[in-house]
Amino acid sequence: MAVSQETVEQVASVSEKYKYGFVSDIEAETAPIGLSEDIVRFISAKKEEPEWLLEWRLKAYRYWLSMEEPTWAKVDYPKIDYQDIYYYSAPKTKDKPKSLDEVDPELLAVYEKLGIPLKEQEVLAGVEGAANVAVDAVFDSVSVATTFRERLEKEGVIFCPISEAVKNHPELVKKYLGSVVPYTDNFFAALNSAVFTDGSFCYIPKGVRCPMELSTYFRINAAQTGQFERTLIIADDASYVSYLEGCTAPMRDENQLHAAVVELVILDDAEIKYSTVQNWYPGDENGVGGIYNFVTKRAACRGKNAKVSWTQVETGSAITWKYPSCILQGDNSIGEFYSIAITNNLQQADTGTKMIHLGKNTSSTIISKGISAGRAQSTYRGLVRMGRKADHARNHTVCDSLLIGDKCGAHTVPYIENQSRTAKIEHEATTSKVSEEQLFYCQQRGLSEEESMALIVNGFCKEVLQKLPMEFAVEAQKLVGISLEGSVG
Amino acid sequence: MLEIKDLRAEIGGKEILKGINLTINPGEIHAVMGPNGAGKSTLSYVLSGREGYEVTGGSVTYMGEDLLALSPDERACHGIFLAFQYPVEIPGVPSATFLKTALNAQRKFRGEEELDAMEFLKLVREKTAELGIKDDMLKRAVNVGFSGGEKKRNEVLQMALLEPKLMLLDETDSGLDIDALKVAADGVNRLRSPERSALVITHYQRLLDYIVPDFVHVLADGKIVKSGDKSLALELEEKGYAAISAA
Repeated sequence: MAVSQETVEQVASVSEKYKYGFVSDIEAETAPIGLSEDIVRFISAKKEEPEWLLEWRLKAYRYWLSMEEPTWAKVDYPKIDYQDIYYYSAPKTKDKPKSLDEVDPELLAVYEKLGIPLKEQEVLAGVEGAANVAVDAVFDSVSVATTFRERLEKEGVIFCPISEAVKNHPELVKKYLGSVVPYTDNFFAALNSAVFTDGSFCYIPKGVRCPMELSTYFRINAAQTGQFERTLIIADDASYVSYLEGCTAPMRDENQLHAAVVELVILDDAEIKYSTVQNWYPGDENGVGGIYNFVTKRAACRGKNAKVSWTQVETGSAITWKYPSCILQGDNSIGEFYSIAITNNLQQADTGTKMIHLGKNTSSTIISKGISAGRAQSTYRGLVRMGRKADHARNHTVCDSLLIGDKCGAHTVPYIENQSRTAKIEHEATTSKVSEEQLFYCQQRGLSEEESMALIVNGFCKEVLQKLPMEFAVEAQKLVGISLEGSVG
Repeated sequence: MLEIKDLRAEIGGKEILKGINLTINPGEIHAVMGPNGAGKSTLSYVLSGREGYEVTGGSVTYMGEDLLALSPDERACHGIFLAFQYPVEIPGVPSATFLKTALNAQRKFRGEEELDAMEFLKLVREKTAELGIKDDMLKRAVNVGFSGGEKKRNEVLQMALLEPKLMLLDETDSGLDIDALKVAADGVNRLRSPERSALVITHYQRLLDYIVPDFVHVLADGKIVKSGDKSLALELEEKGYAAISAA
């Protein structure tokens, strides 16, 4: 209850439509435009990578060349020219910064503008708005700052840019990179494997409960640049971590490509809670500009009693193509997917999950809330597969769609494949409209039309908002209101 | 406080209000009675500004302002409260959140400090105690799964908290048993004051035993055909609408 109370004040307090739409004038080092083996080699060399990783990238690149861009999703966009994209852009620094004090102040200013506290001393001093969260900030293609590393290291937790992990923890990276999402998985995963530039790496050792939330903020700044980050999180036996991910981009009238891969590995009795508030620039009200968000996220519950939960609030991007999935391999493992996808104006979202039940007594829960306004199209697409050995596996799926106005669309495409004799699968779906009655009722009590809409939609999303960590829930509620601006009246 | 002059309104091209004249002074309670389809609910919706109710003529002046020029939320913030005949469900929004959001929206409009969670809780608990409403209602989503009586009690609670200047009660008695009716009426009576007025719309005289009006008006076919004091309601009950309207 407390979580949704502040909604309306917050909505009212944010005046701009997309307040993250600024561009920062930061000198960047950029690779030549286009994609080729040379570019892949260039990126690998820039990152001073070992030979095995370059080989892996090249294999991925060659495989990608043989692939076709998928067309099955219910999204419509002009053909992407992959030769018209910069694949590497890094803020220029003379030497790698050793501490935050050495990071370009312009960069720090950007993050400050985004409301992300990078300065640990501020956090420790209890500066208002600063949460007890360790942050890895990724700017265009590189990680610029990671906070609280020393404190985390005391617990044995590794939290660093993946490029650093390649150097300092090669055995872990080599063992797990591509083990959940192989480069052959799909078109965008292959592309990412070839050209990924940075991202976060996280390892929680056996029996450790990570003492704070870990968070990565992604920021696309440079024009015409693709962002291809790669995140790898490993939760060793009986460990726990809650990980948050946020993303923003400047307003530009071109489309920019974001093709990330996230791999989670969860071992015996471990748990990962992964939360995303995706607020890439969605394009303007005529559908000009915006990010193409083609993301592959997958968790492998390898151990028994492993648990993963994906919570996502997708409000940004011109196009979202994203299916955070769970492979429930260990017996008694649990997968959860809680999603809010809001599309307004000409945004398109095709999102959902895959729950692959392989182990015995595995269970999964899917709660998807899709909200469409303007002329937007929103699709829930989900697969629940019960393998032959998934005895007594269970799934419960709830897909609710909410329509605002009469020019938008909501679609639900569930796939169910069952090879287990004892599995139980439940699917519920509803579609409703925000009624004139509800709006009038709220207005009659003194709320403006937009405040009324924000309140009603936050109510619709409540079950999912409750799953978010506190700091994120507040941000997400604000976003719900902002994303729907202009959708009424 | 409220001056309605020759008010005409239609829904979807059909004229429902055909020239209403009514003046309500501060502290007065007016009852509007009439048969089904006379335009009773339409009057309450036109006064509160609901979409789809088109005013085609006349004027409404509220506290010296042109009421019809204001949006529904502005009217609410100016102190007009409509207790709905059929209160609306808002899934997922706890009643407490709804109340706090509404109260703070109105306070902000008036340039008053918004209440924080603690201050609000204290205030709302006072009100629920006064009205004999269980606090658990505050945790439940607005009107979702509420019984008819609970919905009306929730309306009364909202009214007590928002402290309007003009209360419009649209068939508050419909669907209520006698105990629930007493609770609702008690809530309204507590709010009676020399500054606060009410327009009570009802089909039956029963409610008026509990909320005693200063004036009673008979609405038939979009017009007020007769006005009088409380005794008119009893007369109506006895003789029926047809006899009064024809007279």
